[in-house]
Amino acid sequence: MADPGTRLLIVDDNKVNRLLLTRSVELLGYSATVAENGRIAMEMLRNDRFDLLLLDIEMPEMDGFEVLQALKEDTKLRDLPVIVTSSVEGLENIVRCIELGAEDYLSKPVNKTLLKARLASSLEKKRLRDLQKSLLDRFATSEVAQDLQESGFALGGRRVEASVLFCDIRGFTAMSESQTPEETIELLNIYYTLMFEAIDSHGGIVTLMVGDGLMAIFGAPKPLPHPARNAVAAAQDMRLMISDFNSERTAGGRSPIRIGIGIATGQMVAGYAGTEQRATYTCIGDKVNLAARLEAHTKIADCDLLVDGATRDALSGSIATRPIGAVTLKGFSEPQDVHAIGDIPG
Amino acid sequence: MTTDPIDHAVYDELAEATGEDFVVELVDTFLLEAPAMLDALEAAAEAGDGDAYRRAAHSIKSNAQVFGATELAELAKARELEGPSAEEASRMAALRAAFARSAEALKALQNG
Repeated sequence: MADPGTRLLIVDDNKVNRLLLTRSVELLGYSATVAENGRIAMEMLRNDRFDLLLLDIEMPEMDGFEVLQALKEDTKLRDLPVIVTSSVEGLENIVRCIELGAEDYLSKPVNKTLLKARLASSLEKKRLRDLQKSLLDRFATSEVAQDLQESGFALGGRRVEASVLFCDIRGFTAMSESQTPEETIELLNIYYTLMFEAIDSHGGIVTLMVGDGLMAIFGAPKPLPHPARNAVAAAQDMRLMISDFNSERTAGGRSPIRIGIGIATGQMVAGYAGTEQRATYTCIGDKVNLAARLEAHTKIADCDLLVDGATRDALSGSIATRPIGAVTLKGFSEPQDVHAIGDIPG
Repeated sequence: MTTDPIDHAVYDELAEATGEDFVVELVDTFLLEAPAMLDALEAAAEAGDGDAYRRAAHSIKSNAQVFGATELAELAKARELEGPSAEEASRMAALRAAFARSAEALKALQNG
């Protein structure tokens, strides 16, 4: 049976038609609101949540074709299912509705059985689309989800100016061996929540999570004016959050955790990589490798935040840095200019 | 016109699908709204407003179809497709006459 929480909007300039359609959908168990023309309907759609639109074509002020066009151009409303209910003459008009994105067409007077079937199928499709969207939001960050919805999915990359951040928990493997699996997952969940929060609030996106390690990009898919500053600000937030988290842990008699962070800045290739079936948004380039090596080097340098020369330069002195010197890193033939930021020793 | 202005099969199906009481109300609404639609059609013809003419004819047709007012629906559909005619006065008179017959028959059904 229909979910009574399902809200339909009926748009028709004719009173008899509005009454009849309202009655028909209410008998099917839906609740409906009515609008007298397209302009009023668009206002209501922008200010309120509806699950489906039953749209007439011939209307004064703003007709059904114009409504379909306006919905198509609105990223928030373009997925709203629309069933056109009309007695408009001419097959070309029905074709035009479908081309403009209408889910279905029902000619008036609307047949009860057809209406029931079309409503159920359109709402089920919407439910699946909503589910897909929420999964996309969960497994991709909001920026990537938005990028996918706006520009669609295409494998392939483009050059971007960005900063990459790698972070992991020191000695995590040893730690996870000394505690229960449940404790390990709980710790990881808290850790990820804190790290995501820090990265998110500075405009970065997490592109990779492996065990206790994560990779984040600042400056793609949406460009940022100062990606390096954002990345370093996020790293400093991460530190503060971990420090607070550790106070709680030690108060509860557990050992504190320590993290290592590496950041590198420069040109890289960003985009969707993988196959048509399974792909991920990621960045590729030697800056990505450099950030990963810097993160690994935090153990040796005994400093929890290391950045490359380009990141340090981009800060233009706004944050104090300490040169570590030219460090030979795995995978790089030339020694790399490495800097530490405000290390919390120990 | 000897044939019944209302197709009873359509009317009965409507009553069956939406309820007798509801249809009585719906007929009332139609009888209240229709004169304004007919006037709008006439006014649009006089003003030479093709869009308004088509919309008004379309509304009359659409409502006539709801109740099974076949003759009225056919005449309104012809107005919708043709637009204002050189013989507008006689077309209009035929449409008003068909509406009057449909209205009488619908009122009878309401009470029946």
